[in-house]
Amino acid sequence: MTSATCSSALPLAADLDAATRSSPSALFVYLLRLGDNALMLGHRLSEWCGHAPVLEEDLALANMGLDLIGQARSFLTYAGEVEAKGRDEDALAYLREAGEYRNVLLVELPRGDFAFTMVRQLLYAGLTQRLFEALTSSRDSTLAGIAAKGAKELAYHVRHAAEWTIRLGDGSAESHRRTQLALDQLWPYTGEMLEIDEVERTLIEQHIAVDPSQLRPGWEQALADVIEEATLQRPTQTFMHAGGRVGRHSEHLGHLLSELQYLQRTYPGAKW
Amino acid sequence: MPLTSPACQQSAAQARAWAAAAGVVDPELPVLTIADLGVLREVRIADGAVEAVITPTYSGCPAMAVIALDIETALAKAGFARCKVTTVLSPPWTTDFMSEAARVKLKRFGIAPPTGKASRRALFGEDQVECPRCGSAQTTRVSEFGSTACKALYRCCVCAEPFDYFKCI
Repeated sequence: MTSATCSSALPLAADLDAATRSSPSALFVYLLRLGDNALMLGHRLSEWCGHAPVLEEDLALANMGLDLIGQARSFLTYAGEVEAKGRDEDALAYLREAGEYRNVLLVELPRGDFAFTMVRQLLYAGLTQRLFEALTSSRDSTLAGIAAKGAKELAYHVRHAAEWTIRLGDGSAESHRRTQLALDQLWPYTGEMLEIDEVERTLIEQHIAVDPSQLRPGWEQALADVIEEATLQRPTQTFMHAGGRVGRHSEHLGHLLSELQYLQRTYPGAKW
Repeated sequence: MPLTSPACQQSAAQARAWAAAAGVVDPELPVLTIADLGVLREVRIADGAVEAVITPTYSGCPAMAVIALDIETALAKAGFARCKVTTVLSPPWTTDFMSEAARVKLKRFGIAPPTGKASRRALFGEDQVECPRCGSAQTTRVSEFGSTACKALYRCCVCAEPFDYFKCI
């Protein structure tokens, strides 16, 4: 991921007070959660390369995957600096075991069909774009900088996914059926994006992290507008899967990692 | 102030270092320099070492590694042996950083420059993009994502040519 000669070191925020410095582990875990979400979803999008239904979508999905991998690089680089144990973005992306990843389950699910991929993009990008917008006022200026960059990119992802969800939902009987099925299957994985635990609570108190419950009304309304225009039904299910954020993953993550990590595991330290 | 004063030498060296780094072109858009694009933020000299500060157009822009290498090569050619390239994200890059001259060069190259100021657009909102070849405003968007992260694919309804549009962010 890194160029050997390019220093991509981001300066540690100068305005953090002593209280913040005393809890690097909370910030480290928070950065892993943000970075791992982007890394896994970016990888899932990259799987579409050469397989998308039309050439324009092949380009679109590869471009969005690249945005996400770029965001993951920034978060993981900063996570490595915060941890201060000498791990860089590559060590964090390629050399952790499945149980050490902190992404939500939503992003590790197999890519499914095109409708599944689009609905997942809509659910993830819709909320994450709002989260990043809010994080631009984080007291941690490095985190705020990464979020500001990512928010602009995710705005494109939201628009792209919303347009496709409407086109597919309000399309043929078959595209409608598949899109509704995707929404029903993915809905129980959205709750985890809104969860908080001690990690977030500590950082919210310090005005570093954002409480996602504040974002919920706006996100749900925007989502409801798209679902309605797409002639889809919002799932009524209230059961929500959880566990990814604390390292309890589905079987899919291991399979994903066997591809993602293959090169670095086989040829440790390989560069080109 | 005599021309040989240390302060004067320092600023002359700084100007030379800036000129060397600013001449590096974007590998994907060879008509534009990184200074035209607003990717080069700053070039400073401290203790004889040059530091060039760059910012990516998009988080995952794969051209950044090549640009960093090209800057180091350009600085070495200009006689600066010790140099490093630092990447910053704040303030985030926007097409507003692109100079007017850059927009003209881009259009001449066959890529429609970003129109207007960067702002968030509503669902299904499309930019009014002029065909860089015939100048017609009757164009349609083929895909919001083009050959690179910073471009979208358009087609002119008058001259029928497909073309790239540099997205406004």
